[in-house]
Order: sequence, then C-alpha cells, then structure tokens
Amino acid sequence: MRNITKIFGHLKANDAVDFKLREKSIHGLLGENGAGKTTLMNVLYGLYRQEEGEIYIHGQKTDISSPLKAISSGIGMVHQHFMLARPLTVVENIMLGRKSSRGIFLDTKKVAAEIRELSDKYHLMVDPYARIWQLSVGEQQRVEILTTIYQGANILILDEPTAVLTPQEAETLFSILRQMRDDGKSMILITHKLEEILSVVDDVTILRDGKMINSLKVTPATTKEELSRLMVGRDVLFDFYPVAVKPGKERISMKNLSVRNDKDFSAVRNFSLSVAEGEIVGLAGVDGNGQKELAEALTGLRPAEGGLIFINGKEAVNKPPVFYINEGVAHIPEDRQSMGLAMGFCVSKNLVIKRFYQQPYAKNGLLNYKNIKDHAKKMIQDFQIKTNSTEDITRDLSGGNQQKVILARELADDPSVLIANQPTRGLDVGATEYVRSRLLEARSKGSAVLLISADIEEIIQLSDRIAVIYNGELMGVLPKGSQPEAIGLLMMGKRQGDNASVKENY
Amino acid sequence: MDNIFTATFFVSIFASTIRLATPILLTALGEIYTQRSGILNLGLEGTMTMSAMAGFVCAYFSKSLFIGFLGGIVIGMICSAFMAFLSVTIRANQVIAGTALTILGIGFSSFIYRIIFGIQKLPPQVESLTKFDVPLLSRIPYIGTIFFQHNLIVYLAYILAIINWVVLEKTTFGLNVKAVGEHPRAADSKGISVTKIRYTAVIIGGAFAGLSGAFMSIAYMNSFSDTMIAGRGFIAVAVVVFARWNPLRAMAGSLLFGIASALQIRFQAIGVPIPNQFLLMLPYLVTIIALITVSKKAEFPSAYTKPYSRMER
Repeated sequence: MRNITKIFGHLKANDAVDFKLREKSIHGLLGENGAGKTTLMNVLYGLYRQEEGEIYIHGQKTDISSPLKAISSGIGMVHQHFMLARPLTVVENIMLGRKSSRGIFLDTKKVAAEIRELSDKYHLMVDPYARIWQLSVGEQQRVEILTTIYQGANILILDEPTAVLTPQEAETLFSILRQMRDDGKSMILITHKLEEILSVVDDVTILRDGKMINSLKVTPATTKEELSRLMVGRDVLFDFYPVAVKPGKERISMKNLSVRNDKDFSAVRNFSLSVAEGEIVGLAGVDGNGQKELAEALTGLRPAEGGLIFINGKEAVNKPPVFYINEGVAHIPEDRQSMGLAMGFCVSKNLVIKRFYQQPYAKNGLLNYKNIKDHAKKMIQDFQIKTNSTEDITRDLSGGNQQKVILARELADDPSVLIANQPTRGLDVGATEYVRSRLLEARSKGSAVLLISADIEEIIQLSDRIAVIYNGELMGVLPKGSQPEAIGLLMMGKRQGDNASVKENY
Repeated sequence: MDNIFTATFFVSIFASTIRLATPILLTALGEIYTQRSGILNLGLEGTMTMSAMAGFVCAYFSKSLFIGFLGGIVIGMICSAFMAFLSVTIRANQVIAGTALTILGIGFSSFIYRIIFGIQKLPPQVESLTKFDVPLLSRIPYIGTIFFQHNLIVYLAYILAIINWVVLEKTTFGLNVKAVGEHPRAADSKGISVTKIRYTAVIIGGAFAGLSGAFMSIAYMNSFSDTMIAGRGFIAVAVVVFARWNPLRAMAGSLLFGIASALQIRFQAIGVPIPNQFLLMLPYLVTIIALITVSKKAEFPSAYTKPYSRMER
C-alpha cells in the first residue's frame, strides 16, 4: 500500500501511509487507539475508499472498491467485532454471499463437508452445524478465520484478535497462525499489545496519529520499550509498584450469591468473595462468564436470586440502587456508552447524574447550574478530561475521555467500594495507564476495589488478590504475583487443585 | 343453548376460521421477509387499504378479478417501496414512517374512491371471487367443507406459507435476508447489498399486503370501504412477532385470530347475551394476550428497526 490517505470530515485518519507485507510472514500493525490501524485495514479490505494512494498485490496495482473485490483478490479479514449472525449456523454464516452450486438453493451439505475438511487441516475444531451463539469467543474467532480461508484468502487481516481470549486460547491462535504462515499465507495482526508483537510477529509497522512512524523487522533484540516509544511518542510506565497497604476491615462481601441473566439462566452461582478496605481484588474471567451480572447485583441493578451481600457490614441484598449509592458504592460499568453515560447529555450533567437532586446541585427541585458547572470545571481539571467546555456533548468525546468522565463521577467523593468492570477495555495505552493509576490511587485512599477484567496482565499488575470466575462460579483465589498460566487455567474452568484435564470446548 | 353446538356449527366455524385467517396470513407472510431484513413496516394497514381500493377499482372497470388482484399487488408494492425509501434510504424512524404511511394510505384511498365514484346511496359492487371446490376432496364429509370449499386465494395463502418457509430456510435469497436483518455489516462485508436486500424484502412485503388488501375488497367482500381492513394490518404485524418470524408458525397465529373472529361473528348471529361491542373486541383481545405471552421469548432480529450505514461503527 503506497501513500494511503483517508479523511473523515476534517480528520486525517491515514496520512500518506506506506505499508508493505512480505509473502509468508506475520506482520504486526501497531499503534494506539485512533492511530488509524483499523482505518488502514478497512481501506485494504474495501470497506473504505481512500482519498489518495494505491494498493499493489503481488506487484499488481489493484483497485479494491468493495469487500467483494478484496475477497476475490485473496484478502480476508477477521474483524474485532465478529461478523457472524448469531442465530445462524456456522455453515450458514460461511455460505453467506457465496455463489451456490445449486443455483438459488443453498448447497449446505457440500459446503459443510468442505468446512470440516479445512477445519481438520488447520486444527480449528469447528462444527459446521453449530449455531454461533452456542460457541465460545475463541471458537467464533476460529469460525471467522475459517471463513476467510474458505473464501480463498492468502492475506489475512486480524483486528485485535487476542483482545477477548485467554492466554491459552491466544497461544492456540498463534500456533494456528504460524501453521498458516508455513502453509504460504500472509497475515496482518492489528494490535496494541507489545507482547504479541514480540512473540509471534516477523515484521512490524507502527502508526501514530494516522502517520506511518516506522517499519522494522522483529528480532530477539527488539524490546517493548523501544516499540512503545515509537507507538506513543514518549516513555511509558509499564510496571506499577503499588505501595503495600495493609488491608483493613471488610467493606463488601458476598455469601453464596446467585444471580440470573437476561435469558433467565443462572449466571452467577453460589459466589462468595469479599474485598477489604485498601485492597484491590482482581476478578479474572473470559467475557460472559457472569461478570456483568455479578457487577449489576453488587450495585443494585439486578436482583439476586439467592445469597447475601454485605456492604459496610449492612445487609444489602436486593436493595434499590440508591441504597448502594448512599453507601458509597461506585460502579464503572462494562459498557460505558450504554450504561455508564447518557451519551446525549453534556459533560457537566453526566458528572452529577448520581446526585443531581441533592445540594449543592439542586435546591427545592430546581437545578443550580452554576454549582453544576463549577463542579464540572473542577473535575475536568482534576481528571484531565479533554473537552472544549463543560457543555460538550459526551458522545463527541473520545473513548478515553468518556471513561475519564465516569471515573471523575465515581471517584470524586472517595467511594468506600468500587466495582470496576473492564475499566480499560478499548482504551489506548495512554488512557489505560491513567485509569490504572486512578484505581491504585482509590485503593491507597482506602476504597475496596473489585476489578473485573478479562485482561490478565491488568489483573496481575493491579491486584492484591486474584479471584477467577468461570461459568458463574468462583474457581479459586490466587495470591498476588501468580503466573498468567495458572490464572488462565482457572479461567478455562479448571478448578484450583483439580488435576483433571481442562473442561469443555478446548 | 345446547343444540347450537352441533357438528354443523363447528364445521361452519372452522371453515370461516380458515377464510378469516387468510388476509392476516398473507400480510404476515410478506411482513416476515420485511422484518427478517430488519425493517418494521407499520404501514401495512394503510397499504392494505390502498390495495383494497385499487383492487376494487381495477376489478370494477376491467370486469376482471385477475386485473383487480394485479392492481392491488402493484399498489401494495408501490406503497411499500415508499416505506423502503423512507426507512432505508432516508433512514427515517420506522415507527413514525410506518404510522404516517398507514394514515396516508387510509385517507388517500378513500379520497381516490370518492373522486371516482362520488357519494352513492348504494355502494358500487363487483362480482366477487367465487369459491372453488377442490374435486373429490371437497366431498369428504366435514373435512371437505372445512378445508376444500374456499376461493383460490385462500388455498394460495396456505401454499405460500410453505413456499416462503422453503425460501427462507433453503435458498440463498432467504439466507441473505436473514443475514441482513441480523448483522448487516457482516452481510455487507461479504458483498451483499444491504440496501438492495432491504428494498426487495420490503417490496415483497408490500406485494403480499397488496394481495391481501385486494382479497378483502373483491374476494371476501364485493365492495370497498376505507374501514374494511379494520386493524388487520396491525394484527398481521403482531402475528409476525407471535410466529417468531417463521411462516409456518404464522399460519398458526393467523388461525388463532381467525377462530376468534369466526366465533365472534357466530355469537353475534345467535344472539349470545353479551353486548356486541365486547364480542367485536374478542379477536383483538386474543391477539394481545397471545402476543404478551409469546413475545417475551421472541428473539428479535438484531438489526431490527436499525438503519444501516457503512461508515458508522
């Protein structure tokens, strides 16, 4: 790809970017969120049309006007948000958009057999007749890979493929990728995880603010620090050395808590855990294992089916959300856009949304805009929120700044308990660093922090104790400094002290 | 009252159940395509009224019921093309666009009808579609009367239910429609035009609603009135949800409405001591109850009522 420029409105998402992929190689595309990685790849895949620049495939100038054209040129993409229709089967998803050998009727049987063959060849372990919603995230990803290979892709683009995987699943993915490379395929790995670049990638191209910064071969001498400097443009703090605080008395505890999910299935079962003052307990787990339901039950947003919750020693199960707020329970929800913020509101209103009806923000049922604005100004400064004014609509802020608005609201009055669910998901390195430092600060101020995360590194870095949830059950609690592999095993359903082989799906 | 519930009574109830279910079924069958592609067309009531008028006018002047049905279908397709334009191209809110189309359709059809026929003491009439007794089968006692002594459109509706099921489950077009409704971006990335599929699905929906509207004015009745659809367009939408977007289950849903309507009519005729306003409510009440019980389980298509744009993420 030569000299690619893509403009959205007045933003140059890609600015004269050059990108070169060697045959039979795994190429890392590294950059922070908003650096233009995904945009560049969407141009290559024909989803976006570049304003300037040309694409050459095997030396041939190719005009990629649509994804269809990309597919026929041998380019396949595994998106970050899977392009799979959940109620349909694997084979139906793969057949989609493909000419059938039986004319207007689907040739399901034929395709299913071919899929099985390919799946065996690359050890993908995919059942063609399974429905997507029945599959784990790792399996869905393998379906996506299978789809692209089935379409005849020689060049595979993978957008942040490990964001949702356990370390073991990621390792499996990498070995599949290596095997595919040896089979003659080339792969582009979009990522902002430096470990991945170092462990699996042959070459790396770094983007920052839409510009190509550097492209280099990865050698054993390449270091994390070197890459991150190129990516962020400054030195980044990797290791936090939290001051050891002696945990005080229990602030929040659950006893045999059970919660049901939206589909009325049991999502959290018999869950017992407690978090003390000045302690961060990390709760690791693959997405969708009951974390969301647990967090909601702990903040009064979802009824508990059974069991007990104590907050500051008070019985709290099935109390209304306002009870939790008054007890000083802060919540950073998993989905900041739909649960954490009213996206259409301005920043200042979002900042007082929990307490807008109280003094000093309101009096006798009337809002005091001056106080609300003053509060917002202070928060914007304290939490370094990048916004033009207190009245900017929250939707227009970047993801990192939206998260800072939530942090400001939840942490401003030193909560006694903080439930943080995937607090750094989707944030770039800079914002992630900031959020983590704030969590540590909350802890040293005496908050009891329950950090729910699918990112093992984050859990290891921040937690004083590490609990693991699988299928709604507590698999075990590990001490600080545990190895990622040990946590990963629990995340896949292997119980602590259980020597039997790993359960299910793997 | 015991002598009412005879075999003849049940046979006539069931026969009219099948007939009364037909317009609901036809409209619902089309709306299944529409909703499966992610569009909610609440304009069906207006579309059906327009088609009932068009079907009647065409049949009246051409003296051909075939032309009448054709006219109804074409007008149905035009009305829904308008709906598709509003919801797919303009990306308007579908509930508002559909409601507007309903109001427009009802008003506009009676306007055109008045222009053509003026106000007459006796409404103009056409010779409506006669029933067609299926040879041999119609002579089976009871069964024949219930199932095989209807007009052709009735048979057609039930056959179409099966055909539509095959189309949705076994053809590439069906898969494309489902994929567009579930995950338009995925469909787009596989080279399927979301716009084209949605237009097609909405217009097919209009064709079915058009046939159904014409059925009302020239097969079920023999004249037109702007209130003759009487909520059937909305009931059809309800049946689609009740049926969880499956044409065969739509058959069951329509029959449920059909039997409630049939009972209601018969109860009025034999003078059951309930005020007739309450009896008239019966089919709608049944629909509401059925919908409440079933719709909790219904898994709506993921992209339901959401306009698609490639640029948005």
